Amino acid sequence: MYNLLRFLQKFNFLLLFLVLEVVAVMMLAKSHTYQRSKIINSSSSVAGYFFTFRANFADYFTLQHTNDLLVKENAELRRKLEYYRQFEYPIDTLHSKTDFEYIPARVISNTVHLRNNYIVINKGSRHGITKDMGIMSSEGVAGIITGVSENYSIAISLLHKYANISIMFKHTDQLANVTWSGPDFRVGNIVDIPTYVNMKHGDTLLTSGNSLIFPEGIIVGTIDEPIESAAGDMNAATMLFATDFNKLKSVFVIKNNNKFELNSLNNLRPDE
Amino acid sequence: MNRYLMNTFRFLGLLALQVLVLNYIRINGYINPYVYILYIMLLPFGIKGWMLLAAGFVMGYSVDLFMGTPGLHTGATVLMAFMRPTIIRMSTGAQESENLFEPSLSKMGMRWFFSYSLWLVIIHHLALFFLESFSIAQIGNTLLRTFFSVIFTQIFILLLMLMFKSGSKKTERLA
Repeated sequence: MYNLLRFLQKFNFLLLFLVLEVVAVMMLAKSHTYQRSKIINSSSSVAGYFFTFRANFADYFTLQHTNDLLVKENAELRRKLEYYRQFEYPIDTLHSKTDFEYIPARVISNTVHLRNNYIVINKGSRHGITKDMGIMSSEGVAGIITGVSENYSIAISLLHKYANISIMFKHTDQLANVTWSGPDFRVGNIVDIPTYVNMKHGDTLLTSGNSLIFPEGIIVGTIDEPIESAAGDMNAATMLFATDFNKLKSVFVIKNNNKFELNSLNNLRPDE
Repeated sequence: MNRYLMNTFRFLGLLALQVLVLNYIRINGYINPYVYILYIMLLPFGIKGWMLLAAGFVMGYSVDLFMGTPGLHTGATVLMAFMRPTIIRMSTGAQESENLFEPSLSKMGMRWFFSYSLWLVIIHHLALFFLESFSIAQIGNTLLRTFFSVIFTQIFILLLMLMFKSGSKKTERLA
């Protein structure tokens, strides 16, 4: 017993070191399902609180720019409002629910430099957000929600391996898909463009409305450089994202009110 | 100033600097300076062993809490705290450090502080990046990241030390 105590006394520095190191490695090993830990930690209350705290500061530096954007957006909305006034009809108070709702949210954590980038926002299940809703900034499409906690949500940004959204050309309504293979956060790739579609630098690309996630006609980006396929099957192109992912601040989460109905309709397809 | 108060301020200041500012600096996309370990370097020479390790654990865990990486910085910082007495013994020829209260640039001189901090930064960063990648297969990439991060952390640490240099010019012994 005495010897044991002496041993402990003599090597207490080493022993304490080993204990602490084992604790650290155990914590590390437990969190090794990387994606999940990302959600839990970025969305957990403590870190979430401090990220909000930091965002509160950092937001001041971009106020001027945010204002400019809002003014522009207001102008655009007013113009559209005037346009739709022409088609005004008596409001049906029973079925007045619109197809899509927009929930404003703030970005509290966002990356652009990784292969797979995530956006964390400060709205969660408490605010009616669920998985697979779209996210857009006032400039254009930004990402898709993949995980929701009570007060926060995490989304894959368009700068992600699995981000693949359906788009159409503004003038011809032809469909194609957008992907991102990095590393430049301003440049995406368009694939699956039929060869008979004429395109040139600067053509506008909109969401197609083929998925349940984004409504039709939100801007995604513009064509940068068309790439003709050597084999002559499907052309490709590089595009410039309309959204500047490096200064993503305020976003809208897009909620599709008809999602359940459309989903159940899809289930009615005959088996092939 | 009271030495406990001083160390508490240093802890909070370096933690805030790390998680609110430096974590958002990305040099060349990947390289992050980790300056919070300066706290461990500047603890008094005579500190008890268990306090040194506890300080490493608490500092590492605080940084982990903010970065969402439980255990990563904790492991690296505890290892660094464990190695600190060895590095001090190695880098002090005579036992002159016994008479001084804590490591500092003005008292120990630039050459001493440079090698002292460089060794600890290398130990910390090697542990950090190996724990992060957790594989031997990517060893080249890990070593490269360690190398560049060590450079930037060391630069930031020396800059901080020069900024908060205490004492008058007469104690200056720049190598």
